[in-house]
Amino acid sequence: MMRRFALSVTAAVFAILGAETSPTHAERLVVSLSNHRVAVTSSFVGEELVLFGTIEPDPATVSLRPPYDLVVTVAGPRQTLRTRRKERMLGIWVNVDSREFVGVPAYLAVLSNRPVKDIAKEDSLRRLQIGLDNFLLPQRIGADFGDTVRDDPFRRAFVRLQSQQGLYRESATAVTFLTPTVFRAAIPMPAAVRTGTYNIEVELFSGGILVARANSALEVIKTGFEQYVADAARDYGLLYGMVTAIMALLIGWFASLIFARD
Amino acid sequence: MQIYLPIADLPVNVFLVLGMGLAVGYISGMFGIGGGFLMTPLLIFIGIPPAVAVATVSSHIAASSFTGALSYWRRRALDIALAMMLLSAGILGTATGVWLFTVLRALDQLDLMIGLSYVTLLTIVGAMMIYESVRAEMRTRRGMPATLRRPGSHTWLHGLPFKLRFKRSKIYVSAIPVWAIGFIIGFVGAIMGIGGGFLLVPMLIYFLRVPTATVIGTSMVLTLITMASATVMHAATNHLVDAVLALILMIGGVIGAQFGARVGQRMRGERLRLLLGLLVFAVGCRFAYELVVQPDDLYSLRYVRAG
Repeated sequence: MMRRFALSVTAAVFAILGAETSPTHAERLVVSLSNHRVAVTSSFVGEELVLFGTIEPDPATVSLRPPYDLVVTVAGPRQTLRTRRKERMLGIWVNVDSREFVGVPAYLAVLSNRPVKDIAKEDSLRRLQIGLDNFLLPQRIGADFGDTVRDDPFRRAFVRLQSQQGLYRESATAVTFLTPTVFRAAIPMPAAVRTGTYNIEVELFSGGILVARANSALEVIKTGFEQYVADAARDYGLLYGMVTAIMALLIGWFASLIFARD
Repeated sequence: MQIYLPIADLPVNVFLVLGMGLAVGYISGMFGIGGGFLMTPLLIFIGIPPAVAVATVSSHIAASSFTGALSYWRRRALDIALAMMLLSAGILGTATGVWLFTVLRALDQLDLMIGLSYVTLLTIVGAMMIYESVRAEMRTRRGMPATLRRPGSHTWLHGLPFKLRFKRSKIYVSAIPVWAIGFIIGFVGAIMGIGGGFLLVPMLIYFLRVPTATVIGTSMVLTLITMASATVMHAATNHLVDAVLALILMIGGVIGAQFGARVGQRMRGERLRLLLGLLVFAVGCRFAYELVVQPDDLYSLRYVRAG
């Protein structure tokens, strides 16, 4: 029910976008990702992906309208997280209040060639959901839910905590133009990334107006032993627990064999 | 060397975790305890989520207490009958603890409960141990022999019904305090991620008058079985046991314990109890400090579900 509402909000937003931003004459964006698959292995400490792209002129008019601005938004798999706030009660600090953020991206990076607030007007950034401040982060408050104002303390704390882990970030230097029409964007994937599909939205601006957009995606997977352990723990909890307990007994037994001197 | 922990979902330095296992193992070998009350806070300190730390440490304690129990078994220094009696209630306590753990986690109050349990239990037990060992130390200074076991001194516990005789420990006590102690140990073990050895040994000595010859071995058998079953229950209900983390801790722990045990055997009982008391008390105060002082960040996040 709640998710359906969230979807319909998103759908409505996209409908408005489609209506407003389908210019008849426009540049075309061609993008390519250095790697479409990030494998989390036992030695994974994070990785940096590179997105390359060029701005192709409109075939009809063969015109380019530099200078361009580019925003790359990478949104990870959706998850629900609870933000809790401690307050002092009877002299100790206790979690008193909390908000549930429903279906928010586990990873969110807004990468651009200069600060997003300089790229386009406030209201169009808000409408296009560009920038951490403008991204839709629906939260549940009791039975209700919806996105609150951007300076809502829970929302700010949520974005701050996610940023501390490197999961949410806004970088005005991550996109570089190699020539006026060729660019590269560095997408940092921290060690704490979740597995799943990451959608990449590339938006091209000229003079504060959205002129083109392109999509790409990448996948983060756990491979080998890590995947096996994580799957086993989730799907076969009881068996997994027994195996772990037996492992404990075996190690204890080995130790007493090796070190026993009496 | 970094290794990615599949359940805790973060990379840790193998040598750091191994070193922690060695250090805690050393202390646990020295005092004949599992060391969970030190290991769980250390893991939380390096960034492991408290719930994962508590669940994982139970398997680590199972490993170290099995090593200990085997060596006491060889010396015939454990009372299986008493251990089984404690255990029958211990398993029930563990199940109750795991259930409460799940409920508190859903209510966002698990961290608080872990903190509060540590403060109350550790400061009280620590203070009692310090007091008792200082008194014993002073008695020996004045030339009076320390008498832990006072035959014939009966308390109200001995007046309870359902009396049972435990041959190896040479005690004749009611089943009620035995069950109560077993239940408490199983319960706090599951909530706090501790084996409860530091709690069980004094309880067995003071309440049940179990002789020192069998007390540590018996405590280790109980710890072993409650912690092994806590591992299985935590894995089956909360899916929070990190086998990779557990493996590194176990290896460090069992090696450290061997060296600790050699030092511990050369020390006098009162001195050993005083040191342990101070350590237990210090950890309790550390938790109290964290609860009372305003945290750096009032906000925290908890993962609820995918989607």
